[in-house]
Amino acid sequence: MITVEHLTKRYGDFTAVDDISFTIEDGHIYGFLGPNGAGKSTTMNIMTGCLAATSGEVKIDGYDIFEQARQAKQCIGYLPEIPPLYVDETPEEYLRFVAEAKGLPKRAITAEVARVITETRLTEMAHRLIRNLSKGYRQRVGIAQALLGNPRYIILDEPTVGLDPLQIIEIRDLIRELGQKHTVILSSHILSEVQAICESVLIIAHGKLVAFDTPQNLERTLAANNRLVLTAECDEATLRTILDGQTVVSSYTVEKDDQPAPAPAKATDTAPAERAEEAAPAAEIPAETAPAETETAEEPLSAPEEAAEAVLPADPAAAAPAPAVTKATVTLAGDPEAACRTIFFAFAEAKCALLQMTPIKADLENIFIELTEDEPSGKEASDHESGIQA
Amino acid sequence: MKAVFKHEMSLYYHGLLAYVFGAFLLEFIGIGAMMYNINSAVANFEYALGTFCIGFVALVPILTMRVMAEEKRQKTDQLLSLLPITGTDIVLGKYFAMAVVFVAPMIVACVYPFIFSFYGDVYLPTSYGALFAFICLGLALTAIGMFISSLTESQGMAAGLCVVVMLFCYYSADLADYISSTAFNVAALLVLSALLALIVRRLTRSDVAGLIILVLCVAAVAITWLVSPTSLETLLPDLMNQLSLFERFYTFVNGVFDVTAIIYYISVAAFFLFLCVQSWEKKRYNG
Repeated sequence: MITVEHLTKRYGDFTAVDDISFTIEDGHIYGFLGPNGAGKSTTMNIMTGCLAATSGEVKIDGYDIFEQARQAKQCIGYLPEIPPLYVDETPEEYLRFVAEAKGLPKRAITAEVARVITETRLTEMAHRLIRNLSKGYRQRVGIAQALLGNPRYIILDEPTVGLDPLQIIEIRDLIRELGQKHTVILSSHILSEVQAICESVLIIAHGKLVAFDTPQNLERTLAANNRLVLTAECDEATLRTILDGQTVVSSYTVEKDDQPAPAPAKATDTAPAERAEEAAPAAEIPAETAPAETETAEEPLSAPEEAAEAVLPADPAAAAPAPAVTKATVTLAGDPEAACRTIFFAFAEAKCALLQMTPIKADLENIFIELTEDEPSGKEASDHESGIQA
Repeated sequence: MKAVFKHEMSLYYHGLLAYVFGAFLLEFIGIGAMMYNINSAVANFEYALGTFCIGFVALVPILTMRVMAEEKRQKTDQLLSLLPITGTDIVLGKYFAMAVVFVAPMIVACVYPFIFSFYGDVYLPTSYGALFAFICLGLALTAIGMFISSLTESQGMAAGLCVVVMLFCYYSADLADYISSTAFNVAALLVLSALLALIVRRLTRSDVAGLIILVLCVAAVAITWLVSPTSLETLLPDLMNQLSLFERFYTFVNGVFDVTAIIYYISVAAFFLFLCVQSWEKKRYNG
C-alpha cells in the first residue's frame, strides 16, 4: 500500500503539487491523468524518492520514502518520463548494473536479468548498444529496469509517449500483463489509454487531485448518458419534421456537411427532369444545397415542400445513386432506451431508413475537460465535445 | 557504492577515456624522465615529476569533465537517484573509479626509478616519496575536478572551468609574490568574498544565504583591517601559499617527506567530495 499525505511541492513561488493525498491499494492498475504540467511527473518523482517534497509524506508499505529510503525504494520500480539509459552500454550490461545497485544477491543477478529481458521481449536486442535501439525498445529497456528485483509497485511515467501505434499496443499489453503480478501506476495525458488499461483513475489538474475513481464510475457520475448521433436516409427538412414531433427529443442539432457546395444558387431553379439526366455526383450537389438554403430561409412550413420538389424525383430509380443522408445529434429526454425505440418507429413510419444510431458515450475525455477546466460547466464541456467531433 | 564503482570502471575501460588518460599521463612523465634522467643523466626521478606536474592542468579535466555532467545531460542522474543507493555511495563509487584510472598508469611509472637504479646511483626513498605525493596531489585535484563537473550539465563547460581552476592552483604561489600592497589585498579579498557569496547563492538558490556569506566575509576583512592593518598586506599571499596544492608538492621534490602535506591533500579531497555530495543532493530539493 502506498499512502501519500498532504504532499506539496513548491518551486519558489510556483506550486507544482498542492496538498495531494491518496492511497494506492495493492493489485490494481492505476492511472494518473492530467494535462501537461499538471504535476503528474512531479508527484511520481516525489513518490519514488527522486525529488524531495516541500511538505507532506509518502509511505511505501509503511516505509517513509525519505527516512527509510533504501527499504522504500526496494519496493518500487520506476520508469521516468525519459528512460534514463546509458546509451554506450548494451541492455544486458545496463540491467546488470541496475540489478547490482538494487542490491540483488550476486547469484540471482544473471537469472533476474534474463527474466526481465524475456518478460519485456528484449532477447534479440540484449547485446546491441542502447544507442542503436529504437525508441520502443529503449522504452522496454526502461521498463525492464523497473522490473528488476520484482518490486511490488511499478510506476511508469508516460510509458507510451512517442511510440508508433503498434508499439503502443505492445507496451499496453505488457502493462496489462504486469498488472496481474504487480501494482502498476502509470501516468498519461492520453485518455483512451487510461480508459483502456486502468482500473482506477486519479485526475490531477493544477497540482490538485480532482478525482479518484474507476473510469466507469466517473462516466456515470459526471455525465448522463442521454445523447446519440443518428444518421437517417432523408434530407434535413424531413428529419426536422420527424424530430420536431417527438416528445422524447428535448433538443437536437443537425450537422452540416463540411463539403462546400460549388453549385450556384440558380441550380435549384433548373427543372428536376434536367437534373435527373445528369451524372450521379452532379445530382448530389443540388440535393445538398437545397437544405442549406431552406435553413437560411427560416420558413419551416414551406421548407419540406421545396425540398421535396428539389430532391424527390418522380422516378425513384433515377434518384437511386444519390439518396440524401442527414446526420443529427439528439439529446433525449427520459429513459434513453424507450426514447430510442420511439425514434426508431417514428422514422420507420415516415419511411426513412435509420442508417445509424450511436449513443455518445460520456467518455473520460469530457470528464477530463470538465474537471481540469478552471470553471467547469456543462455548456463549456458540450462545446468542447462538438469541437472534438468536428 | 560497489555497483556504481564497477559500472564506472566498465564505462572507463570500455571506452577510450581510461586509455587516453593513461597514455597522456605516461607521456608527460615519460618526457620528464627522458629529459632529466636519461638525456641530462640526473639521478633524481622526482625532478621529472616536479617539472611535469603542470600536466595535471590538462589531465584532470580529461578525467573528470564527464563524471557528473554527463549523468545530468543524459538524465541518468534520475536513475541513480531512484535506485536504493545514497548520494555518498554514488560520489564515492565514481571517485574511486577515477582513482583507479589514475593510479593504474602510475604503477607503470613506479617502475622507472627502479630501472634507473640499475644504471646509476638513484636514491629510491625520495623518488618513491615524490611518486606517492604525486598520486595524492592528483587525487586531491581529481576531487576538485569532480566537484566542478557536478556544477554543470555540459562536459565542455566542466572541462573549461576545470582548466581555469587547475591553472590557478598551479600558479597561485607564483601569483602570491606579486600581491603585497594592502589596497590590492583588500580589493582581492572583497572580490573573493563576492565570488564565494555567488557560489553559495547558486548552490542554495537563496539570496539570503548568499548575502549572509557576503556580509560575514566583508565583516571579517573589515575587522582585520581595523585590528591590524599590516597583517592584511601579506594575508592573501600567505593564504595562497598555504593553500597551494602544487607548492606543497615541491617539498617532496626537494627530498622532504612532508606528512602534513599528505594530510592536507586528503582533507582537500574529502572536502570537495563532501561538496560534491551536497551538490548532488541539492538536485533533489530544487529539481
